[in-house]
Amino acid sequence: MTSAPRQRESRYVRPRDTHPPLDSPEYRSTGLRHPTRAPIVVPQRLTEVTGPLLTGPIGPSDHDLTRQHAGEPQGQRIIVTGRVLDSDGRPVPDTLVEVWQANAAGRYAHRSDDWAAPLDPNFSGGGRVLTNALGEYSFTTIKPGAYPWGNHPNAWRPAHIHFSLFGRAFTQRLITQMYFPADPLFAFDPIYNSAPEGARERMVSTFDMEATQPAWALAYRWDIVLRGRDQTPFEEPHA
Amino acid sequence: MPELTPSQTVGPYLRLGLDWGPAGPAVVPEGTPGAVRITGILYDGEGTPITDGLVETWQADPEGRFPHPEGGGSDFRGFGRSCTDDEGRWEVRTLLPGALPGEAPHLDVSVFARGLLDRVVTRVYLPDHPANATDPVLALVPAERRGTLVAERVGEAEYRFDIRLQGEAETVFLDV
Ligand SMILES: [Fe+2]
Repeated sequence: MTSAPRQRESRYVRPRDTHPPLDSPEYRSTGLRHPTRAPIVVPQRLTEVTGPLLTGPIGPSDHDLTRQHAGEPQGQRIIVTGRVLDSDGRPVPDTLVEVWQANAAGRYAHRSDDWAAPLDPNFSGGGRVLTNALGEYSFTTIKPGAYPWGNHPNAWRPAHIHFSLFGRAFTQRLITQMYFPADPLFAFDPIYNSAPEGARERMVSTFDMEATQPAWALAYRWDIVLRGRDQTPFEEPHA
Repeated sequence: MPELTPSQTVGPYLRLGLDWGPAGPAVVPEGTPGAVRITGILYDGEGTPITDGLVETWQADPEGRFPHPEGGGSDFRGFGRSCTDDEGRWEVRTLLPGALPGEAPHLDVSVFARGLLDRVVTRVYLPDHPANATDPVLALVPAERRGTLVAERVGEAEYRFDIRLQGEAETVFLDV
């Protein structure tokens, strides 16, 4: 007896040639932190095709990292804007986008960042926004600086903003980094280069003249693409 | 069609963007009847606690419903978030999930950390639950490793679930 192939309500595509291998020796911290056994492939069921549809926590100045203190932070004011989509091209509306970054000098306002660059009393470096009905997000910040790290001699991270995204299903959860165009440090950064060739370029924003604000802020555009629905019908395994 | 965005590590400074304070681990408010604490340590391959990690949980409510249109709807938050502390410890305060059609009660778990270039996913199952014997995900896991997915009951309302990213007793991770 055979069962007819049928379409599940939702099933999300499995990424290919997109994510970095967890064992990426050039990035030394992966050494003791990557699982050595292959993950077990499991079907997507209710817990995986649902996910938190959060609308908070969002505070009044979370969308503008330049307005979280009494004074203005040092650095180049920028607007970062773009869309959250799934790989079917559908916008992801009303989804929480969380960001964090270093200040203009490349220093994080974090107790364990102690390199010799100044902290900025007017910059904390954390922000949150929700996408609108079209999946668009926008926040104001300052352009983060590059910073050194201990991975190898004279290692520097290209300037970046950390992004956290939920989408509408557990399978869509993504944490990544947005980079700035034509950064000369790309060639030397094992984290950027851990993503496969052909995919890593998707993490680089573009300069967006149209979104700039005259006499106020430059602008960068970056679209983020989460796993979309798999349209291939599949055979239910026999009971 | 647009192409998927690659994952990157959260790096060591994840708290600047992802720390919700006491609201993170509070899937339910303190004092909620039936609330339990699920807690554990996140370890690296040498058994050293990871102090710059993030553990997130997602689960059904006690009736097996999710706060999501495809999950039956619920007022329950269902989502927990815990930055690991200076001892590598994570915790959430929640209600035990109910069984789902054809599945034993469980929580889905995402783990992020400096040194993890993509999240790893695992599941927390409840100890001695009769439905574990027929759970389709547990059935895919070699019997000798299944124990890494089952929490240990350590108190009236407390469960322990350690996560080992690497090594002899490596936690079973799932490709969802
Ligand atoms: Fe960073």
